[in-house]
Amino acid sequence: MAADGTIAVRDAAEITGGRANSLQRFARRRSTIAFVMTLPLLAVIVGLVAYPALFGIYLSMLNRRMTEFVGFLNYEILIESETFWNVFFQSCFFAITAVLLKALIGFWLAHMLHHIPNNKQRKWRGMLLVPWVIPPALSTLGWWWMFDPSYSSINWLLSIVSVPEVPWLGHHWWARIAIIMVNVWIGAPFFMIMYLAALKSVPEQLYEAAAIDGATSWQRLRYVTLPMMANIISITVLFSLIVTFANYDIVRVLTNGGPRDLTHVFASYAFQVGILSGNIPRGAAVSLFMLPFLAVCAFFVLRGVVRRNKEQM
Amino acid sequence: MSKHGMTRRNVLRNGAGVLAATAVGAPMVHAQGTGGTLRCGFWDHWVPVGNNAIRELCAEWGQRNRVNVQVDFITSVGNQNLLTIAAQAQSRSGHDILSFPTWEPASKADLLEPVDDVMARLTAKYGAVNPAAEYLGKIRGKWVAIPAVSGTQYKPACVRFDLLQQHAGVDIRAMWPAENRVGPGADQWTWANLLTYAEKCHAAGFPFGMPMGSFTDAVDTVGAIFAAYGASVMDARGNITVRGNDKLRAAVEYLVRLSRFLPNDVWAWDDGANNRALISGRSALIFNPPSAWAVAKRDAPQVAERCWTVTTPAGPEGRFVPYLPYFWGIWSFSRMKPAAKALLEFMSERTSAEKQTTTSNGYDIPPFLSMSDFAVWANEGPPTGTIFNYPIKPHHNATASIAFAPAPAEFAVQAYQQGLNTKVVARVAQAGETIDQALAWLERELTTIRRGG
Repeated sequence: MAADGTIAVRDAAEITGGRANSLQRFARRRSTIAFVMTLPLLAVIVGLVAYPALFGIYLSMLNRRMTEFVGFLNYEILIESETFWNVFFQSCFFAITAVLLKALIGFWLAHMLHHIPNNKQRKWRGMLLVPWVIPPALSTLGWWWMFDPSYSSINWLLSIVSVPEVPWLGHHWWARIAIIMVNVWIGAPFFMIMYLAALKSVPEQLYEAAAIDGATSWQRLRYVTLPMMANIISITVLFSLIVTFANYDIVRVLTNGGPRDLTHVFASYAFQVGILSGNIPRGAAVSLFMLPFLAVCAFFVLRGVVRRNKEQM
Repeated sequence: MSKHGMTRRNVLRNGAGVLAATAVGAPMVHAQGTGGTLRCGFWDHWVPVGNNAIRELCAEWGQRNRVNVQVDFITSVGNQNLLTIAAQAQSRSGHDILSFPTWEPASKADLLEPVDDVMARLTAKYGAVNPAAEYLGKIRGKWVAIPAVSGTQYKPACVRFDLLQQHAGVDIRAMWPAENRVGPGADQWTWANLLTYAEKCHAAGFPFGMPMGSFTDAVDTVGAIFAAYGASVMDARGNITVRGNDKLRAAVEYLVRLSRFLPNDVWAWDDGANNRALISGRSALIFNPPSAWAVAKRDAPQVAERCWTVTTPAGPEGRFVPYLPYFWGIWSFSRMKPAAKALLEFMSERTSAEKQTTTSNGYDIPPFLSMSDFAVWANEGPPTGTIFNYPIKPHHNATASIAFAPAPAEFAVQAYQQGLNTKVVARVAQAGETIDQALAWLERELTTIRRGG
């Protein structure tokens, strides 16, 4: 290969009878070929990611009739809205609590599974993955029947042991708890399977060495397991945080944002403002509000992953 | 060969003549056979056979006018119809005719073909449409969509007459018989008296099933009560009228008192919860179209035969019945506008409207006040005549109402979808705020809605 990156074939000048053809030389460059080969992927990214994102940003800067450019007015209006700050609080509370619980439960389940002999593990893995495999809208509907304000089966069970009725969807704190419970039920198996894969990749010799050094089980977890799983934990938490922040179906099916808008999250509120109320630009502004927060989270988490990778190299 | 005149030249000449005649005649035949394809997206009816009437009417009109009418039924489950409207409005392509739910004609007014000519002919024939339909369909002085029959509903009171008689001492069938007259005591059918009935039925274990969440049944019923008390939160020019509004305060106070006699979970009820309350026999009264009674007829006949639909109670400013219409609109980018207008005019005619209402077991409400006498409402049962008073009749002395009217539709729709009227009550009754605090919150929310055009 020549210094300029062209492939070492017969000189183009020879092919064209001595005249140097710059276009042919350009086409033979490795960078050109690489660019041409990535074009389909670039087209997909531009068409399905960049264009919708930029169009969303553009939409959020229009007036309600989408006839006039109003700059950041929709964002200003949202910042001054009491309801929007409720939505902001609920979105953060929901996402952070649900992701933490999913991570903890997933970690615990993965440990339990890891200690089951391999030949008996399969059926447990299959059963524990069921909530994650069922379409969320369908399973949430099942939960809604259990939380139904008038005919809750959970309340019926509680009444057997003389526990008073719980207003699962009627009181805002109970409704928030119900939403988080359903999200954790659906999402914990994903954490479990990711952590289980990570646990299986931790070399057994490290545990043997720790045992020889007299490490307790807590010390093995703290100084062997967790550092070896750190990257998987970070990536899984980031991925889940993004998906949980953007969750729509659970809130839509269980509470529709009620009571008093106190269980709305960004996605459900954006749908209500944008599609149901016919204010698409303001709905776009609501849904874009989470972008900077998620971008900051993604930056720190990915930076941590890169650092750890460098340390291990 | 030449002897019989069958020369090669003759064969070619005659063949060419036949081909030419066919070519010239073909477009004529084509034009007589079809006037193109008209693509319609109608609302997918709740009532299982409800779509049949639309399908038959379209086929009949298409055959008569030699137009190929293509009919799709779009469900409102999961707001599929709203998403379809939004997508077609953005892409400027799709159906020629679409069913538009309550607020959508106003929202898409700039993209809809004006139908003043059709409405002028229809009103000349059948009289005025109800004022709520006019408020929603006539934008900036122009009819942008035709009030539809299919899917349009009122939400009057569906009463368990036995329970109301037993626990509140009210004979609702005598008050509102299945005849074109009011019965004795009909003047006592007021919101103020309903509070007493609610208290008695609540004490007896059969509370009224009135949702107070942010779904349409709740917002519509509370909207009708606001209207009955003369309480509006925004005037027709978009000015907020919350501050110092005694009528609004009176309406909120009334609703807070009424909410004490409702089941304590009504704040989380959806549009199906009141139906279930009636069908399960737990509730003595709900505000709903006859769909709840129709389900009871199938699933709990012993409940259905004790139901009686009557108009809503009256308030200090009159009697208002919650109204939730659909509209038929024609996109301005349609290439079949004349055909679309002709089809919609045909579907709005009395015989077509009666067919739709009859097929839907009386559920569908035509927009013309003169069409409140279809036989289906008198004949349906059990008990016979149970939905006689479902449509607004002249002797009801009632007006169709939509929550947040007369505010400009672009603001009203946002307040409606966010259920601001039920939330203001919830803030007092559930969250323990004072009425002043709740009204101040309402004013701030309306200001937010109004900003940004």
